Amino acid sequence: MVRSDQPVLAVEGVGKSFGAVKAVEDVSFPLYGGEVHALVGENGAGKSTIVKMLAGVHRPDSGRILVDGQPLEVDQPRDALAAGIAVIYQEPTLFPDLSVAENIFLGRQPLRWARRINTRALHAQAAELFTRLGVRIDVERPASGLSIADQQLVEIAKALSAEARVIVMDEPTAALSGHEVERLFAVARSLRADGAALLFISHRFGEITALCQRVTVMRDGRHVSTDPIEDLTVEEMVRRMVGRDLGDLRPKQDVTPGKVVLSVRGLTRAGAFAGVSFDVRAGEIVALAGLVGAGRSEVVRAVFGIDGRDSGEVTVNGRAVPAHKPRAAMAAGVALVPEDRRQQGLVMDLSIQRNTTLVRRGSLSRFGLLLGGAERRFAQDWTARLQTKYGSLDNPVNTLSGGNQQKVVLAKWLSTEPTVLIVDEPTRGIDIGTKAEVHRLLSNLAADGVAIVMVSSELPEVIGMADRVLVMREGRVAAELTRAEVDERSIMRAATGGDVAA
Amino acid sequence: MSAVDTAPAPEGVQDRDLLGTVLRFRAVGIVLALLVLVAVTTAVNPRFLGAQGVRDLLLGASVTVLLAVGLTLVVITRGIDLSVGSTLGLSAFVTGSVLEAAPALGVPGGMVVGLLVGAACGGVNALVIAVGGVPPLVATLGTLYVFRGIVYFVAGGSRISASDLPSGFLAFGTARLLGVPILFLVALVVLAVAAVHLGQNRSGRDLYAIGSNPEAARLAGVATTRRLVGAYVACGALAGLGGVLYAARFGTVDASAGSGLELQVVAAVVVGGVAIFGGSGSVVGAALGALLLTVIGYSLPVLGIDQFWSQAIVGALILAAIGLDRVVSLRAASSSRAKASHVR
Repeated sequence: MVRSDQPVLAVEGVGKSFGAVKAVEDVSFPLYGGEVHALVGENGAGKSTIVKMLAGVHRPDSGRILVDGQPLEVDQPRDALAAGIAVIYQEPTLFPDLSVAENIFLGRQPLRWARRINTRALHAQAAELFTRLGVRIDVERPASGLSIADQQLVEIAKALSAEARVIVMDEPTAALSGHEVERLFAVARSLRADGAALLFISHRFGEITALCQRVTVMRDGRHVSTDPIEDLTVEEMVRRMVGRDLGDLRPKQDVTPGKVVLSVRGLTRAGAFAGVSFDVRAGEIVALAGLVGAGRSEVVRAVFGIDGRDSGEVTVNGRAVPAHKPRAAMAAGVALVPEDRRQQGLVMDLSIQRNTTLVRRGSLSRFGLLLGGAERRFAQDWTARLQTKYGSLDNPVNTLSGGNQQKVVLAKWLSTEPTVLIVDEPTRGIDIGTKAEVHRLLSNLAADGVAIVMVSSELPEVIGMADRVLVMREGRVAAELTRAEVDERSIMRAATGGDVAA
Repeated sequence: MSAVDTAPAPEGVQDRDLLGTVLRFRAVGIVLALLVLVAVTTAVNPRFLGAQGVRDLLLGASVTVLLAVGLTLVVITRGIDLSVGSTLGLSAFVTGSVLEAAPALGVPGGMVVGLLVGAACGGVNALVIAVGGVPPLVATLGTLYVFRGIVYFVAGGSRISASDLPSGFLAFGTARLLGVPILFLVALVVLAVAAVHLGQNRSGRDLYAIGSNPEAARLAGVATTRRLVGAYVACGALAGLGGVLYAARFGTVDASAGSGLELQVVAAVVVGGVAIFGGSGSVVGAALGALLLTVIGYSLPVLGIDQFWSQAIVGALILAAIGLDRVVSLRAASSSRAKASHVR
């Protein structure tokens, strides 16, 4: 491993405020070539602000950022890349209509006479980058339709092409499958071996310990510590992040299940899932586990009526719910908190207030008009119940952190007072403190007699929260496990259809 | 660098072929439609494909092709310019007036005047849209009326007739090179330049990038404002040049010259496969769309079909073009979904 004494990048006493809010205050840490450096902290701890300052989106108010000992002067993202800093976001922003090669080299395409683009050289250089990364992507295809993992690789190729020595990865693994994470890590390791400095932001401690050499912890906009990874246990990391002990890792209260509320019989949708049957009782949390693509989200979407179904029936409290009619499902007391809150759960440009009251706007309006008062009180009430942190209810919801956005989605659906609550990946991409809050909330709801269906890819969440676990494999329910039978091994065995190397 | 785990066979090869086929099919489809239409019309009236008939057709298409090329530059960036008809009218009238007052300027002088008038109009649009941040649809709807108002103000009820224009300029309107109308050749040269620019220059590719994902373009450091200004000014300038061709071809210009032309041009661009939400399409497609619409306009009377049907057919073509885009994107989306699920 290459490691020089001069840090490639040094963050020195950096501070940044937005209005009266101090997002980051006096944060310092060095980043050396040939290391992967983890940056951890709860959402709102200031990690994203650090990333945006490195990316050239924001300028620090105080302190400075040094690249190779030289102060970084950036006014726009392109300057940061020119200085050798590349940022890979969780969901890269590519040009869907342009080819992969053009996405990488936009504005820097190789030219031939008359300043025309040398397409052959363009494709060859792009292909060469992917060869260096050890992955195969067709560089001539348009970027639309690439998986998120491949899109990130395109961004990494872009960083390589700009000879970036500092590569910042902002929660890159949140939306990747296990195989894709491994491929990304292999790429990251080879970049590290080439002497690049990587800043890796993640909420998954397993990934951090597997990939990183050092870890910097932030809390409330301040630097807490920077240590070699081997000097820090996961428990200690968590304690430093939240500044307190989290307590119970099995937050689900024991509830005596009531009568069957949601009953699904022989639900089938061609190409997605077949013959899915299960019951959920009042007060119960039933988890749908399985690999990405096993059909879990598709099942709950069909139950809620977003997608149609080819056969099978769904009843709520004994009454049949018609297929493909979300409104009927809502009327029957079903609520669905979708997987992708940015695309499906929220209207990102709309205010927090409007998002909170979206599904209740009918009952909140008078004579068909939403006149401020009732709507505002309602939104205040529900955001307070979920302890949502926001500046003003009129701010667009996209100004909130991921965890607070998720609370708005939850508030929106809980306000309908559902008897069946379906949550799809309820804590994806949100920090550990908010995660615990969401878990407590779900547990309390179950205690109040709500029947909860939870789709989750995080095994600790499934194991900690569920009374029963349905493991799906290739569109079918492969196993039903009781709380006593559930552990990581039993779930993975059922999900993969065989024994897994632990 | 160490070799790492490789993905399965390069993904998306199928997608590209599907998309590629359909996109090629789009151009092929327009050409086929053109051929069928011309063949049927010629069967009814052989003079349709006579030398004079073809020349009329090309003359008629020159202005629309020119404007469609200009509009494509703007539509690719997710914009629109509804003021091209008014810009053409203003340019035609101003060029006519200037040539009436100073016949010595001749054709080159007239072209410069027209281009300048058009570029000025485009500059106003660019200022309002790229700098002021007003949505293009609203901004150019406004300038559509403003520019037309200026024409009426300048014209003050007068009109320019052929006798007022220098004879050299009028001759330019009917001149031919190897039997092809010069006006059409002008449009072809503009088309070729625009095609090379959009396809092979960095700044041309930037326009696609802006239309494809404005936020990503900003992050990638594309000089968005400068590019947008360039696109609107170029679109205006080409509409201005269109005004010069218009004046040369008809010899008569009144204040309503080019009224309603903007919608015909938008139709040509959409039928030609330029995505109305930006990011894809080509000037060649747009020019073919313009040619198709012109041929429809010329052939239906020959076929004895009511003028009303001409508009209905154009409408149907637009819907078909947009429907096709929708189908293609849904197909591509579902095929990549299917692939993603079986991989994991």
